[in-house]
Amino acid sequence: MPKGAVIIDTERCKGCGLCIAACPQHVLAFSGTLNKSGYNVARVENPDACVGCAFCALTCPDIAIEVYREKTPVKEG
Amino acid sequence: MGERLLLRGNEVIAESAIRAGCECYFAYPITPQAELLEHMARNMPRLGRTFIQAESEVAAISMVYGAASTGARTLTSSSSPGISLKQEGISYLAGSHLPAVIVNVVRGGPGLGNIAPSQCDYFQATKGGGHGDYHIIVLGPSTVPEAGDLTMLAFDLADKYRTPVMILADGLLGQMMEPVELPDPIDLDSLPKKDWATTGAKGRDPNIILSFDLGPENLKRMNLALQEKYEQITANEIRYEETATEDADIVVAAYGTVARIVKSVITMARAEGIKLGLFRPVTLWPYPYDALRALSERMDIVLTVEMSAGQMWEDVRLAVGERAKTPFYGEMGGVVPTPRGILSEVKKHAH
Amino acid sequence: MPIDTASMNKVFERPASLTDARFTYCPGCHHGLITRIIGNVLDDLDIAERTVGIAPVGCSVFAYLWYKCDALQVAHGRASAAATGVKRARPNLIVFSYQGDGDFASIGTAESIHAANRGENITVIFVNNQIYGMTGGEMAPTTLVGQHSTTTPDGRDPALFGYPIRFSEMIAQLEAPVYVTRQALFDTKHILDATKAIKKAFTNQVEGKGYSLVEMLSTCPTNWRMSPTKANEHVKNVVTDVFPLGDLVDRG
Repeated sequence: MPKGAVIIDTERCKGCGLCIAACPQHVLAFSGTLNKSGYNVARVENPDACVGCAFCALTCPDIAIEVYREKTPVKEG
Repeated sequence: MGERLLLRGNEVIAESAIRAGCECYFAYPITPQAELLEHMARNMPRLGRTFIQAESEVAAISMVYGAASTGARTLTSSSSPGISLKQEGISYLAGSHLPAVIVNVVRGGPGLGNIAPSQCDYFQATKGGGHGDYHIIVLGPSTVPEAGDLTMLAFDLADKYRTPVMILADGLLGQMMEPVELPDPIDLDSLPKKDWATTGAKGRDPNIILSFDLGPENLKRMNLALQEKYEQITANEIRYEETATEDADIVVAAYGTVARIVKSVITMARAEGIKLGLFRPVTLWPYPYDALRALSERMDIVLTVEMSAGQMWEDVRLAVGERAKTPFYGEMGGVVPTPRGILSEVKKHAH
Repeated sequence: MPIDTASMNKVFERPASLTDARFTYCPGCHHGLITRIIGNVLDDLDIAERTVGIAPVGCSVFAYLWYKCDALQVAHGRASAAATGVKRARPNLIVFSYQGDGDFASIGTAESIHAANRGENITVIFVNNQIYGMTGGEMAPTTLVGQHSTTTPDGRDPALFGYPIRFSEMIAQLEAPVYVTRQALFDTKHILDATKAIKKAFTNQVEGKGYSLVEMLSTCPTNWRMSPTKANEHVKNVVTDVFPLGDLVDRG
């Protein structure tokens, strides 16, 4: 399972592309799909590469991205 | 009520504001209201209240906007050119339903004019010197004690209707000294709470102070709400005074210090057999059209006397119409009409 | 394979101090980002309930819609004066003004300088994108030499219209301000630095320390006629040469 995951609110997304450029793992890309406002919204293209760094969400000017990170496994013993 | 003190008009306005619970005062120096500023500078800080000499009248009116938004009783004062600078801010105050008191100690104009008394800002005050469909309540004191009383009233009316109120004084009133009995300070805690104010949105929805909506239908509704408020004020708050009008056939319409001069003229005229009376509006907005109209039914002449080129004269003509003759006598540039000068005008028209 | 977010930690979500309203800003405009940062700071310091925001005239005229806080929308340029009025009347409130380069550095010049000079205990956010957005792309006092705008169609000529004004440096000359800094948002590192700066600017007010100013070099992709990513590069490569980043005053 990838270390991180992001969910994009496609109706808030304005297709500005900043998240796509910010992601060091190339997780995101333009979807080619227009939302109700006519924006070419971002989508998660490579979910397996996501490490949950949140760079995308940090730069999103519309707070359209939520970021999840795997829970740290508890050490045994 | 306390002792009678000999006080200057500017100081009485300032001290009355303090006793009315004025919490914040922001102003820029300008003659002839310097004593008002100085009184506030000496007294507001020692009472733990806010005094700021702002960087300009423009800044001052926006400081008023901020303080008024929190519900604080707030005052600014200036004179003609400085009041011109405040017009945008006054429009914002009115549009945002904010209470505030603004004192204009009118001086000669236009432009830099001079520092002598005048009444040439009547249009600016009553016809809305700023942009948009709005009014402010305008009170015109004619004596130093009345200036104090109307200052107290101004804060009450401002709060009652959430609207700016102007004290339209002049350089003569601001500078003259008269015996005054100052009122007791009011208890601020006795005032109604302002649940619309920006006091921190704990436990409630945010309060937004705003005069803006991009949607025409929405802004129309906001304007209708303002107009409704002005109708209420007009229905409830008109104030005027009639002197010796019961048997008069010629009446002078005048306000402020000119009206007090006319009171002397009444004595002089009646000594010469002229039945002269005085109609003195106290609220210049809302204007007592109905009362003046009714009075003019039994008058031959309604002579308007002002220290201007004839500004209130337009409202007099609006009220009187064809019911009586409506001549005008005015002095401009800071020249104050004399009792003899006014009497001579009265005689010109009286028979 | 579907992502099972239920078994993960949510590490980034909308700040609680912001409303659900969708921002009216253009795609890629930094106003939304600055607003998000302010929301985070209000959450961290737990001050939203006693914060009053002052919205200017400009693209951010709607700023009062974004925060779960009391707010005022004020006349153009006067936010620093209005903030003064609010703070002096009710010192327990946390007051911030949010102003663009026209509002703060052109029509509001006097109010901006004098609120700083009096050391008002307020937090001022100055969004500098070197252009006027709302009114369609005119020159700002901070517009760069040679920069195109609708009122400098051939590029800003200093012989006619002077040079971009470094307002924070002017404010930094005054004795009273306790924190004056210039930040930018063109990459993650700078976004995190900017976040620290805004947090410090609000913390200073909470601790009663005095006047704090955060100038934020921002983008206007629409009026710069650039994509949001190109606009970020422009800030990084060109704008920071004219407006250096960093703390000019830090007496905290």
